[in-house]
Amino acid sequence: MNAPRAALTILAKEIRAEFRSFELLTSTLVFVLVVVFVFSFAFDPTAAESRRFGPGLLWIALLFAGSLMLQPSFSRERVNDTLGGLRLAPIPPYAILAGKLLANFVFLILVEAALLPVFGVLYNIPLAGVAAPLAVVMLMGTLGVAAIGTVFSAVASHARMRELLLPLLLLPALTPVLIASTEATAGLLADPPELQTTWLVVLAAFDIIFLTATWLFGEYLLEE
Amino acid sequence: MQAVRSFALSAIVCGAAYAAFYIAPTERTMGDIQRIFYFHVSSGINSLLAFAVAFIANIVYLTKRSPKADWLGVSCVEVGVTYISVMLVTGPLWAKPVWGVYWSWDAKLTSTFILFVLGLCYLLLRSLIEDSERRPVVSAVFSIFIFLDAPMVYLSNRLFRTQHPKPVLLGGSDSGLAPEMSRVLLVCWLALLVLMIALIVERYRLEALRHEVAEIRAETESAGAASN
Repeated sequence: MNAPRAALTILAKEIRAEFRSFELLTSTLVFVLVVVFVFSFAFDPTAAESRRFGPGLLWIALLFAGSLMLQPSFSRERVNDTLGGLRLAPIPPYAILAGKLLANFVFLILVEAALLPVFGVLYNIPLAGVAAPLAVVMLMGTLGVAAIGTVFSAVASHARMRELLLPLLLLPALTPVLIASTEATAGLLADPPELQTTWLVVLAAFDIIFLTATWLFGEYLLEE
Repeated sequence: MQAVRSFALSAIVCGAAYAAFYIAPTERTMGDIQRIFYFHVSSGINSLLAFAVAFIANIVYLTKRSPKADWLGVSCVEVGVTYISVMLVTGPLWAKPVWGVYWSWDAKLTSTFILFVLGLCYLLLRSLIEDSERRPVVSAVFSIFIFLDAPMVYLSNRLFRTQHPKPVLLGGSDSGLAPEMSRVLLVCWLALLVLMIALIVERYRLEALRHEVAEIRAETESAGAASN
């Protein structure tokens, strides 16, 4: 089986497993909603203040959610040692990582798609007008989160206290994504909205660097 | 031998401190507080050197699988983190009288701090992986990712906000140090470099000894199991 098809097969397997229970998606979605709700006590959520703090709040909530949601990606496979089964399959090892990465990307995007309208309503920020450029920023930022997150999930799965370790490894490493996505989102929510290409370039560079690094070095994590 | 080496090392570092305190000229606007610069900049450059060596050592480990490369990698990160903490302590001491605040969220400060945290994460990760065969591989991959991350962290913070003094070394035509100052800086940098190499060598030996102990223990355990 060639690599792209293998990756898509693994993506389909991850999605099927998740859609049987919806455990991960529902708990992550509730978690981000709680975080966004709790943040309303940190400042006065009027329209003007929300424009200032909203983008940062949104991305911090998403990074927290990602660092919790990515954790089962590999540790789930350890329970019945199913990762061993995947490794025995006649497919290149990076296809396993690519499949997992795509699955995490899809799950995060689904959570974001559900969160954004609620966020816009709660914080009084009209998002409909900038939906298309905002989607670009969300997709690029989320790809960066999924790329590093999938690899670090595999890294943390080898360690003790992995539930605590993953956010610890992930959050400082994701500061470039946090800064670039927050600034790009802030530009879109400003009046008049503006798509700041500098930050899109930073996000694109981040995505390319870490997708390449995953492809080059990720497979070392899967060997036994 | 150990005593002679320790004595020589402390003499070198004390000599560098003497040069920074008494030989270097007093800076015109900042006064004596500027003398912290010699140790601050030297430990900063050296910590980056240590991390660069660790990066190369980890790539070598992944390709050659030589345990020595892994030992060198962890030794360099540990000593590098120590040097970064020197930089993170001396910086605020200088900044309070000069900038008026101990800490500003400037690009260099923020990215140094993040690099420090990532270095700690690497050491923490190593201590949390029990499987001694998986530990070097997993931590090597993690360290390669954080070393690729460091320039991105700096770049994004640079675009975000910056307040740190413009580079005085290699920073263009209007920057630069008085000749005596750069000589003292060179002396301090070399002194801290020698100290760093000595620390890395010691840490490397410790790691090699740990490895040996683990091997002997595994051997005796398997011998004990066989005799039972």
